[in-house]
Amino acid sequence: MTSQPIAGQPPAGATTGPPVTGPQAAAGPGAPRSTWAPAPGAAPLRRMVAAQAAQETRQLLRNGEQLTLTLVIPLLLLAAFSLEPLIDFGVGYSRIDFLTPGVIALAVMSTAFTSQAIATGFERRYGVLKRLGASPLSRTGLITAKTVTVIGVELLQTIIILLVALALGWSPNASPAAVIVVPLLVLLGTAAFSGFALLLAGTLRAEATLAAANLIYVVLLGIGGVVFPLTKFPRGARPLLELLPTGALSTGLRDVLANAAVFPVKDVLTLAVWAVVGVALAARFFRWE
Amino acid sequence: MSNTAAVEISGLVKRYGPATAVDGLSLTAGRGEVTAILGPNGAGKTTTVEVCEGYRTADGGSVRVLGRDPVRDAAALKPRVGVMLQAGGIPPAVPAGEYLRTLSRFHVKPHDPAWLLDMVGLASHAKTPYKRLSGGQQQRLSLAAAVLGRPELVFLDEPTSGMDPQARHATWDLVAALRGDGVSVILTTHFMEEAERLADHVVIIDHGRSVADGSPARLTGTAGQLRFRAEAALDIDSLLAALPPGSVAKESPAGHYLIEVPGGAVQPALLAAVTAWCADRGVLPSSLQIESRTLEDVFLELTGKDLRG
Repeated sequence: MTSQPIAGQPPAGATTGPPVTGPQAAAGPGAPRSTWAPAPGAAPLRRMVAAQAAQETRQLLRNGEQLTLTLVIPLLLLAAFSLEPLIDFGVGYSRIDFLTPGVIALAVMSTAFTSQAIATGFERRYGVLKRLGASPLSRTGLITAKTVTVIGVELLQTIIILLVALALGWSPNASPAAVIVVPLLVLLGTAAFSGFALLLAGTLRAEATLAAANLIYVVLLGIGGVVFPLTKFPRGARPLLELLPTGALSTGLRDVLANAAVFPVKDVLTLAVWAVVGVALAARFFRWE
Repeated sequence: MSNTAAVEISGLVKRYGPATAVDGLSLTAGRGEVTAILGPNGAGKTTTVEVCEGYRTADGGSVRVLGRDPVRDAAALKPRVGVMLQAGGIPPAVPAGEYLRTLSRFHVKPHDPAWLLDMVGLASHAKTPYKRLSGGQQQRLSLAAAVLGRPELVFLDEPTSGMDPQARHATWDLVAALRGDGVSVILTTHFMEEAERLADHVVIIDHGRSVADGSPARLTGTAGQLRFRAEAALDIDSLLAALPPGSVAKESPAGHYLIEVPGGAVQPALLAAVTAWCADRGVLPSSLQIESRTLEDVFLELTGKDLRG
């Protein structure tokens, strides 16, 4: 806590000492100045975005339901399905090698889509977005802060998931290009999921957003190639399922991390199209109040 | 710069679908003054303030805030203008102190968040999430957020609704202190006492139009009234004939008499005329009071007594 001259509950018109104007007015302890004298100014954008992103990250990590969604469920699925032969994943993979890319895709979806949609929906309902609109933080700054928050949480999730996967015997079969292609897939998936998260949050009531985001999460968990291989679905359905954002992300990550693919062109393109469509729809239809 | 008005509204029109919320409103709020916008529910107070805050675009007329356009010049205005919404705006799970600390990072020279929290009486609630604060405490946190960045102008939308009397008085002290240090304040309220105590300038609006505009003294001082109680059904016409020209007299309810002098104060001659008239008829008033109108009288006279939705 910095020390400032506390004028007490000042009576009407109280000033301490002769009025001092200019930047030195708030110089420090004992500096005579008017307590409430105007000295406005916006902080640098970078500092505002950092402060807002730190705030949103703390909110997310403190929220039990969000944490369940983003960390507990992916880790439980990873552990449960890798330790018990619940599903036959087909030839060529150990269970953990199949599951790890899918669970990373799930983690990305849970943070960028479900968690972000619900949090933003309620921020809109509680007037938080409206109040931030009156602050010096611009809308672009706010979206940037949300993006920084999502990517930060995804990094945390990925590190924890990879550590648990390694402990469970995961041995990736990847080309060196994976160092670039995995982040690319994750970023494109994040952009796609974020676009649709904000589309839901910015158009529906908060409760409807909550319901829709959870429903879509469960459906995509089931049909997105996360833990159930897409090869198990009817032959005709598979190409369609691979065109879903979750299917493209899990298939692409699995190709790179388990099949040593260099660049899964189709999945990258699929995610890029979802990202452009999602962000464009959100930009067009998002309502701040 | 500082010789421009804090807020200058001219012929503002704002419609929501078929409903006209603001219908040709004009007002000027001076720099360094407290301007109170009074009006019944639905009069257009919040809409007017939200147009000034850049939340809504006007359908007609012009609005200047600190000499700038609230929508086009939003980026330049936002650091200079503090906003307290009528309700909400703060994430429910975030502790009060943490909220102010985050917001303080948006400004170049903010007040110290801990000091400010103390100023609004929430020092012991720094770690309390917003949703666990009482309604009045939530209002005070919102007020603190509005002044955190050392703004030149603050908009306070019904700042003391939901506050207990202590908090209300502390808020009034804070508004008076802001004014004393040169901050312009625009507040909406339907507490007449609040406007009477704080405002340099009062604008009463109804149905989206300004119906009275001036200092509280000017609005209330234009007419005096004399009330007395006596037996019912005295002859009002003969009373009126005895009074100075232009006086108005009525009995409502039975036995309660009200004499008003539109456009002037009660003069000694009026009192003498009333008591002489009573003496002629052997009437002894059981009470007799001379009072200036309150802002509430003016308000009800202008906006009517019908309940608003």
